[in-house]
This record gives sequence, structure tokens and C-alpha cells, in this order.
Amino acid sequence: MEFVFSRHRNLIILLCVLFLQILGLAVQVKRSDSESSRLIRVWAVGAITPFERGAVWMQNSTRNLWHNYFYLRGVRAENRQLKEQIDGMRLEQVRLSQDAEQAHRLQALLGFKEQTIAKTVAAQVIGSSGSDLSRSIYIDKGSDDGIAQDMAVITAGGIVGKVLRVFPSTSLVLMINDQTSGVGAILEKSRLQGVLRGTPDGEVVLDRVMSDEQVAPGETVLSSGGDQIFPKGLPVGTVSKVSPGKDLFLNIKVRPASDLNRLEEVLVVTEKQEREAVATATTGRVRAADILAQRLPSVPDRPEARPQTSTAATGAAGNANGVALNSGPGAAAKPPGSQAKEPASQAVPPRNPPEAPAQNTPN
Amino acid sequence: MPITYTSGEQIEVYRFSVPVTIMVPLLALILQAFVPLRLPFFSIFDLPLLVTIFFAMARRSPIAGLLTGAVIGLVQDCLTAGPIGVYGISKTVVGFAASSLGAKIDAENAGARFLLTLGFYLLHGIVYFGVTRWLLSLSQSFSWSREILAGLANAALGVGLYFALDKLKQRA
Repeated sequence: MEFVFSRHRNLIILLCVLFLQILGLAVQVKRSDSESSRLIRVWAVGAITPFERGAVWMQNSTRNLWHNYFYLRGVRAENRQLKEQIDGMRLEQVRLSQDAEQAHRLQALLGFKEQTIAKTVAAQVIGSSGSDLSRSIYIDKGSDDGIAQDMAVITAGGIVGKVLRVFPSTSLVLMINDQTSGVGAILEKSRLQGVLRGTPDGEVVLDRVMSDEQVAPGETVLSSGGDQIFPKGLPVGTVSKVSPGKDLFLNIKVRPASDLNRLEEVLVVTEKQEREAVATATTGRVRAADILAQRLPSVPDRPEARPQTSTAATGAAGNANGVALNSGPGAAAKPPGSQAKEPASQAVPPRNPPEAPAQNTPN
Repeated sequence: MPITYTSGEQIEVYRFSVPVTIMVPLLALILQAFVPLRLPFFSIFDLPLLVTIFFAMARRSPIAGLLTGAVIGLVQDCLTAGPIGVYGISKTVVGFAASSLGAKIDAENAGARFLLTLGFYLLHGIVYFGVTRWLLSLSQSFSWSREILAGLANAALGVGLYFALDKLKQRA
């Protein structure tokens, strides 16, 4: 026995070490991974991340010094360009805010509950798993900064992933292109829902969309909110390729909205708010369409006392112009004469037909 | 002077100081975790594997080789989102194989180092694939072309790296 051991000592030790590691793997698979290997991970992360943090700090300091003090060429031109961009965006903002108000009113009508991002924590990416086979990154914020497991991690471009493990001053983020990740997603136009998954090659695919559905490349993919991690409506990516998959499902490749290979700063959604959609009061901000409607000639006010025949004639005229005077719920409950006392914007719905029901409902 | 004779008694055995033994693998792990963030193509390299191969072949002791591989692999596992042990097992096998082979053949010249690194990279990939596929039931894809390409890149980097690390060797 002793002879066998001394002769095959190396091989026996190799088998022992391998056996122990396989045993460890089996324990981790059976039990919760984060619980069974917590301590060794804390040690390893604690040994590695301070160096990464230092490297990031040095890199940022050097870059800031260069960009803020030395390399200022073209700043004037860039400033002018940015100002023009801001002007354009202001106009866009006015349009979008009108759309948002309208959407809020409609949501309130339908009793929707909306989920919004209430609070985020900005974090710097300080490291990665260093492996093509595990797509994850380390950020410089941890439990000391209010980060918890399963929080959504996003950028201005779109979603990045979720917090998988939390350490005191760092966190491990599992990215959406990791093969073990899963995100509830919805196609923007067709409203088809699926599950966004990573592949072993680091690509992102939208799973569980039936093969008889029509999905076009270029369509935007948003988070559906079904996973209870990512708020609904965050950009996920765009469809890059659609091909028949297996088991009656389409194989939809998605190009992530965030550049997952070049992440520097991310936002961790630390607080989400779920509330009933409430139509915002528009007393403070007056829409351009309303002002125009007030100034332009519209249906004249009716006299206080009017013969029955005259009222009927006015109503008929309104309908002839495409004005659904009695179409709104409020309008139906009011006496015919009261409609003339509504603001001018409500009297001229044909100028903006889709907003007509929304105008009447909050009142 | 490079020794090409295959007798274990005539092949030189090297050792490393404690700071080198700790700092070189640590630096490899840090670079592996940090550099791909700025240079995404760098993730094709496996610096911890190259360091494992180097230490194992220089020490020429199978036990030291497999333990070096196991420790480096386990720390690398800790940085990933997956279970601990996958890299550990792969690098244990590579460490054992590299030191066993290093004790029998000359691995001081660039050509031998290139081929050995390529071979060990492929061995590492196969063991990793086997563990994830059959022990963890993860859907892992294995592409020979990709592995060979990555192996060649690692072998090329490894040759340069080994010559740099040769300066840290001490004769036992």
C-alpha cells in the first residue's frame, strides 16, 4: 500500500484535489451558491478590487488632467454645437411632454399602475470577471452605499444587468449577455413579449417568441417589467437578426442598447416607485395648441336662452364638421347649453382630433 | 544553458521568492479583470493560465504545479458569477500536466514554449467545457476554430511573457 502511494503519489494527490473541487461544485449546485461560497468570494474580491479601484482612479485622474487642463482644442466649436443641440432638444422636450401628459391621462383613465425609477446611485465600473464565459462586471458601490441584490443596473443608453452579489464596497453585476441571465422584454411596435437571454458567445437573444409572429430587424426591444427587476419601458436594444429557431420559436438576435464591452459608469436603480397614474394638472403649463385654439375663430358661444330648434341646428352643424360634441363622458352628462361654456380648445377638436377625448375626461 | 536531455536529474529546477510567487499571479488576475474593460479584445487572453503554465514548468514538480493551478483557478472562479471550482479544476489539470511534461522535456526555447502553451490552452478549454457541460449542465458551446485561434494568441503572448518572467527565476 505504501509502495503504491509513493509510486503514484502525484496522481493520487491530483485526484484528491480534483475530487475536493468537484465536491465543492456539487455543494454549490445543491445549496444556494451565494451562501455556500460567500466567505471565499469576499476574500478574493477583497484582494483584487482595491487594485482595480486604484487603477481606475489613476486612469480617471490622468484623463481629467489631460482633458480639463491641457487638451482644450475645439472646445468653443463644441460648445456652439452643443448649444444648438440643446435648442433642438428643448423643442423636442415640449413635444414629448405633451405626449407624456396625454399618456398619463389615458393611463389614469384605464387605472394603470406605473413603475418609475425613484432613486439611482451612480457607480464606476472597476473590473470584470476577466472571462469570456462569465459576463459580469464589478462596480465600486456596495452594501455601504445602499446597493442590494437584484437591483437593476442601467446606463443612459439602456439596461446593463442586475446586481448579483453585494460586498461592502463593491458589487458584482451580471450583464444581460451572460448565459445565465434573463430579462422580461417586449418588442416596441408589435408588443410581443419574450425573455431576453445571453448566449455562450456573449450575444443577446430574445427567446419565447412564436415562429408565426412577424418580427422585423431594427425593431426596438424594451423591458417589459415582468421580471420585477427592470422597470417597464427601458430600452434594451434593437433586433439585429431574425431566423427560425427550434421548438416553434423564433431566433431573434438583439443588439444591446448599451455598449456592454465598454462600460465605464452605470446607474444602479436603488428605489422604484409604483403608483397609480395620475393625470397632471395643466394649470401651470399651457399647451401651444390651446393658445392657438383660443386665438383662432371657433364655434361661437351660444346665447343664454335659445329656442330648441336652434340648439339642434348647432349640434347638427358640429357633427357635420366632424366634432363629436356629445362623445365624451363629461359632455354626455351636461346639458346642451353648457357645452358652449367650455374652453375654446374643447370647442375645436378637429384641429387635434386624437386629443379630443383626453381633453374632456379629467374635467 | 538550455538542457535538452530528457533525464529529470539533468533538467534544472527553479524556485521563486515568496513575493514573486504571490504578486505575479495576483497581477495576472488583476490585469485579466481590468484590461478587458478598456480593451475588449484582451479577454481572449488568459493571463492566469499562462502564469500557471510558467510556474508549473519552471518548478517541474507536479504537486507544486497542480496546487499553483488550483489556487490561481479558484481565485479566478471567485471573480466570476459562476460557481467556484470550474477554473480551479481546469487549471489544476493544466498545472499537473505542465509540470509533469516540464520535468521530461526541454521547455526553454521559444518554439517548444509556443507549442506547449497552445496544447495546454486547448487542454484547459476542453476540461472547462467538460466541467460546465457535464458537471454543471450549462449550455456551453465549444468551437475548435475559436479555441485554436485563442490558443495561438495566448501562445504568442506566453512566449514573450515567459521570457520576461525568466528573470524572476532562482536556481533551486
